[in-house]
Amino acid sequence: MLPELGEFALILALLLAALQAFFGIAGPAFRRERWIAAVTPAVAGQFVMVATAFGCLTAAFIGNDFSVRYVASNSNSALPLFYRVTAVWGAHEGSLLLWILLLAAWTVAVSVGAARLPRRFGARVLGVLGVLSFGFLLFTLATSNPFLRLDPPAGDGADLNPILQDPALAVHPPILYTGYVGFAVAFAFACAAMLEGRLDQEWARWTRPWTTTAWGFLTCGIALGSFWAYYELGWGGFWFWDPVENASFMPWLVGTALIHSLAVTDKRGLFKSWTLLLAILAFSLSMLGTFLVRSGVLVSVHSFAADPARGIFILAFLVLMIGGALSLYAWRAPLLKSNAGFEFGARESFLLFNNLLLVIAAATVFAGTLAPLISDALKLGTLSVGAPYFNPTFMLTMLPLMALLPLGIHASWKRGRLSDSARVLLLTLAVAVIFALVLCFGVFAHGAVLTPVGAALGAWIILASLVDPLDRWRRGLSLSRAVLGMTVAHIGIGLAVIALTSVESFTFERDVALASGASTSAAGYEFRFDGVAPIEGANYDGVGATVTVTRGGAPVAVLKPQKRQYWVQHQLTTATAIHMSRGNNLLVALGDDLGAGRWSIRIQIRPLVTLIWLAALIMAIGGAVAASDRRYRTARAAASAPLPGTAGEQAT
Amino acid sequence: MNRFLLPVAVFVPLVVILAIGIYRAPEKEIIASPLIGKPAPDFSLPDLADPVHRVNAGDLRGRWYLFNVWGTWCGGCRAEHETLLEIQRARVLPLVGLDWKDDDAQARAWLTQLGNPYAVVAVDHAGRTAIDYGVYGAPESFLINPQGIVVYKVVGELTHDVWTREILPRVPRQPFPGS
Repeated sequence: MLPELGEFALILALLLAALQAFFGIAGPAFRRERWIAAVTPAVAGQFVMVATAFGCLTAAFIGNDFSVRYVASNSNSALPLFYRVTAVWGAHEGSLLLWILLLAAWTVAVSVGAARLPRRFGARVLGVLGVLSFGFLLFTLATSNPFLRLDPPAGDGADLNPILQDPALAVHPPILYTGYVGFAVAFAFACAAMLEGRLDQEWARWTRPWTTTAWGFLTCGIALGSFWAYYELGWGGFWFWDPVENASFMPWLVGTALIHSLAVTDKRGLFKSWTLLLAILAFSLSMLGTFLVRSGVLVSVHSFAADPARGIFILAFLVLMIGGALSLYAWRAPLLKSNAGFEFGARESFLLFNNLLLVIAAATVFAGTLAPLISDALKLGTLSVGAPYFNPTFMLTMLPLMALLPLGIHASWKRGRLSDSARVLLLTLAVAVIFALVLCFGVFAHGAVLTPVGAALGAWIILASLVDPLDRWRRGLSLSRAVLGMTVAHIGIGLAVIALTSVESFTFERDVALASGASTSAAGYEFRFDGVAPIEGANYDGVGATVTVTRGGAPVAVLKPQKRQYWVQHQLTTATAIHMSRGNNLLVALGDDLGAGRWSIRIQIRPLVTLIWLAALIMAIGGAVAASDRRYRTARAAASAPLPGTAGEQAT
Repeated sequence: MNRFLLPVAVFVPLVVILAIGIYRAPEKEIIASPLIGKPAPDFSLPDLADPVHRVNAGDLRGRWYLFNVWGTWCGGCRAEHETLLEIQRARVLPLVGLDWKDDDAQARAWLTQLGNPYAVVAVDHAGRTAIDYGVYGAPESFLINPQGIVVYKVVGELTHDVWTREILPRVPRQPFPGS
């Protein structure tokens, strides 16, 4: 009975979403107050129905109801309870339902907040969100119904994909989706503003806390995925430029640009049309990500089971939503006029650079991700784009972005007189350079050309971010949460730059010649060489060594590097053994046979790997703090005043 | 021209490319396993029949074989079992099983009860070998040539049709070792 109830609830949710969309958009257009009044109940009803459906599916999983096909394909009576619950979103149908549930939850939150917005505008925002809910619900019911029955029922289930039986991966999708779906709110605000022709800067302020929250979740979600790939899969890297990773990274880059351009639009009434476009793009890229993952168009390690019918449906939906929003933009944006200017060197100009660089970065990732698809579509042959393309192009945009960040923080709005802060900037830069030099030539004593640059930039960002907040704190002045959050997030960025530089450059590397039983120490670790033995693989043979790693006498790992001779290509390769320890990455590779039982062995220690994910977490915390600023709440309260005027707003 | 039309102008060709992508997705799915044309990943795992023994990928080289990922928990594996027994009877190439994240006793009982089509079964408790092979979900089968190169991959249930149309034509006649 429960699965039927769930399906019925989904159908009701679809109808309620249709009402929400219709009343929300048509009500304000035809000035029907009673239609507008019906929007909020529709939102609440839709959420209750979606939650009911989600609850029914969860109950089917917990109760091992293998007469439901989706349960039978993704769970098993021997699966622990925790994974029976997370298995709900372990495959396509259920993860889509999770997406819809999160969208409904965001919509309820917006409708509560919308009570303080002008009535018509709030209704339009909810109406646009209703269109999105309707599309996803229709998609689920038409192509991906999780409640389909099996007849006869399966005796037991096929179990959850074993890769997903991991705590980190169990919570990865909900966090990532909360980020994706959160950008739908910015999208809805932008569309509502365009529908209403209410293109002053107020919509930007209303949107800011939502967008920043979504951005924080997306940051966490991406970091969690990267951590899992590194730690659990042992792929030896934290980022692979895989199409699905890129699909989550592009909305992040554009979303980062958006939270900055929203700040300019909110405070100075500038970049209005640009901000609208970014709000559309951030969510469009989230939807495109879904499309790429679900349609089987790009092949990736993450691919869901491909189904062309689903691909066609998502593409049609993509065309309607994104095409519609972009057309609306082409029609409405020309009406926008900027009523303020700024000098070169003012904060606005730095934020403009920030936006341009982030969007260029997103565009290069976009081009690299879709290049194989384009080349395939034009029959130019199969193309594979990887790190050799992504790393340098990404660096090219990120280096200037990081260098401009400290200047932007200290620039003032409107006036281009950086000379006021020149002393502080030069002082922090000097300290950062000293830090970088000590790190590069004192602590690690090696590194590439860009190493001191990266280390100095990271340190400069952190120091420059800290100057003003520390100064205010010393003088006993209060610090708004918006500024505090921004500071924390920028410190996170600085730490990420240092961590990435460190991992890429400060790898400690040493070649040693060891006889069997001999050991060497490096960076506090003791590496004992236990000799080699011949190995035989499927298509190669070679030798494998055993290296025991200890730290202060305590065992850390047993590493087994290999040297392989593939007998098809007659190619000699080395298989490096990797282990994670205390944030360090230990790598051991086997070199040449030096005779008399002695072998050359290469030891690598990559420090500060863990800092990468910690930095991402700090950024997300910064976002959460900024989003909770009182100013957004009071600002919304002010906006609920009967006259929706364009009261000038003072920069804090 | 109105510069605000630019985003729409970029979006239209993108949709065309995505549409072509969808149109060609089904044929791609078969070809595009990253492993095809590459050496089959190495492993050394306990033998299901006798866990003291180890099954090494290296011991399998030198002849064509079909590498089949299965588990007693997997419904599709139950469904394809008849086809596997048929393949065994055809004596064209040996089946090598990878018992994925499974209970040894249950797996042995399953083979006793339903018949054992495999020449040998390696036991992958941790699921690491399955990850190396890029297995998304059982069952999956890999056709591997005497040089240890993955020639063809079947995702999901191995049917009689797939066996006769896709796998048999790819395997040259070879003397089948005594079973």
